[in-house]
Amino acid sequence: MTPALRARTEGLVTAELTVAAGEVVAVVGPNGAGKSTLLRALAGLPGPARAAVAIDGRPVGHLPPHARRVGYVPQDGALFPHLTAARNVAYGLRGRGGSRAEARRTAHDWLARLGLADLAGRRPGQLSGGQQQRVALARALAAEPRLLLLDEPLAALDVETRAAVRHTLRSHLGPYDGACLIVTHDPVDALSLAGRMLVVEDGAIAQDAPAAEVTRAPRSAWVARMLGLNAYEGVADGTGIRIRDGGHTLSTAEPVPAGPVLATVHPDHVTLHRERPEGSARNTWPGTVAEVTGTGTRLRVTVRGRGGPDVVAEVTAAAAAELGVGEGLPVWVGVKATGVGVTAL
Amino acid sequence: MTGTPDAVTPAPDPAAAAADPVSAAPPGGRAPALPREDAPRTPRTRVPLLLWVPALAGLAFVVLPLAGLLVRAPWRSVLDRLGDPAVRTALRLSLECSFGALGISLVLGVPLAWLFARVDFPGKSVLRALVLLPLVLPPVVGGVALLLAFGRRGLLGPWLESLGIRLTFSMTGAMLAGAFVALPFLVLSVEGAIAGLDRKYEETAATLGAGPLRVFTTVTLPLIAPGLAAGAALAWARALGEFGATITFAGNLPGETQTLPLAVYLMLQDDPDTAIAVSLLLLVVSVVVLVALRGRWLSPSARKAPARTAPARTAPTRNLTGKGEGGPR
Repeated sequence: MTPALRARTEGLVTAELTVAAGEVVAVVGPNGAGKSTLLRALAGLPGPARAAVAIDGRPVGHLPPHARRVGYVPQDGALFPHLTAARNVAYGLRGRGGSRAEARRTAHDWLARLGLADLAGRRPGQLSGGQQQRVALARALAAEPRLLLLDEPLAALDVETRAAVRHTLRSHLGPYDGACLIVTHDPVDALSLAGRMLVVEDGAIAQDAPAAEVTRAPRSAWVARMLGLNAYEGVADGTGIRIRDGGHTLSTAEPVPAGPVLATVHPDHVTLHRERPEGSARNTWPGTVAEVTGTGTRLRVTVRGRGGPDVVAEVTAAAAAELGVGEGLPVWVGVKATGVGVTAL
Repeated sequence: MTGTPDAVTPAPDPAAAAADPVSAAPPGGRAPALPREDAPRTPRTRVPLLLWVPALAGLAFVVLPLAGLLVRAPWRSVLDRLGDPAVRTALRLSLECSFGALGISLVLGVPLAWLFARVDFPGKSVLRALVLLPLVLPPVVGGVALLLAFGRRGLLGPWLESLGIRLTFSMTGAMLAGAFVALPFLVLSVEGAIAGLDRKYEETAATLGAGPLRVFTTVTLPLIAPGLAAGAALAWARALGEFGATITFAGNLPGETQTLPLAVYLMLQDDPDTAIAVSLLLLVVSVVVLVALRGRWLSPSARKAPARTAPARTAPTRNLTGKGEGGPR
């Protein structure tokens, strides 16, 4: 079966990717990694990268943006401020040669589908951020693109609106039968909207895998940290892992083949103690509590390590109270050897 | 205890408290009143005399001639004098010429402004300077230059003549002369508006299947409408008042190229009252243009091209681009 999208980019971002019809890919990575640049190159918009693109097997890399059938929604939606919501949605339909009335009817259908029927006559200035984002999505989908590019569609929204728009996105990207790329830096968005993650770092693809695999075995420190894990790049030497920053060593449960690795430690697997722990923890080092954040019954405690790396521990509020955790408190960190995950790079 | 109101209140100066009964601490140990000189107000900075005097003189320098026009105007007969056939002919000619010049400026100037704002090409700054040259060029020189280009013995003269087109000493010529001096105003204004327009609108329109021309007419033009209107008003007013280039290139033929400014200059000799009445009319037109542009082009807070603020005003409450500051407040 021909993939919906096959692309190779060069310039500031060098990447090769193939996306199946109906597949939603989350493009994640740190700021400035080239996520938006990648999207612009695919859409044919000017930028520091160029792309050879085939959509449904048809090469479109030589075509200008308007001839590619690529839907592109920039960060804030970019609704035309001088047109009503309905005419914004109809904009992409008018170019298809349909009649004005037909375009209007289709636009209203799309607005209704996204729960915006009442707002058809409003201009973008009279819509909330979430409503604007939904109209922008309706406008992009109404043009029936074969490739849909969403650049941080939820970034500018507040928490509640975010959840609502995320829901809208999920329910409308499901039946969408083209290829879809969503840029995001929020792990919740990435995991809830996409089945596959494309990790972009320093203008290159660091990992391209199903979302479940990325969460289980992240190949980039940035993604691991985005997922809430402690992540250390280092080198395995047979008995343990020498961490690149600081030169400390982590012991693992099983011998790791020598070579560059990414070691991850789930904050759940980090224990904090007043005294040097005796017993099963193979990795122990002293440190100072630098920050305590938390929600509900669990607290995240950041420890600045001495003789070991910095680490985030997740402890119950009760345990934290017993320990008397507060900023500046000297503690001992314990990590069992079985708690260290290793991905060969 | 920092941050409590007590800590912020300045300690009373005992000497000042004794000298000033208002600020003396009342019995009971409550907080003392503020000294009188600390009453909340913004101290006004004194403007130095050396600036006041020339500033007022400058104001008078501009206002006095206008006042002279108003004082000396033959108020009782203004309407009659404006109804004079010669004046009416000149008025009609002026309107035709200025709107014709505006039309030429729009047709040539808007694409030119788009080119300057959106396309990078070698030598752009030089070409841009050339297009803006008429802003500072003596209009008479402009007229001479037009003669040497489009006159009978000009660069294009023989070619135009073979086509049966005569531009010198014709109304078309007067329109060209007006357009020559008006074009820079339009280009400047529209270029600023387009350059200030966030490209995301045009780019999104393109991804929705709109070709460059459709993007320009359905997205770019509507979004820069305020800047375009301001530029058009300025250009029209400039063409309406053009004298030097018109008389040099198109001549001063009553009923054909004698526009209001030319007529006023001649009438001042034998019929000063009518000249004043016509001047008054042109003054009123200028004031109307000025009022129409109010807050868009002329107030310092709106010095940025007006269209920059246009998308921001109507568009998203979250303005991520940061564009649109400096709009009229």
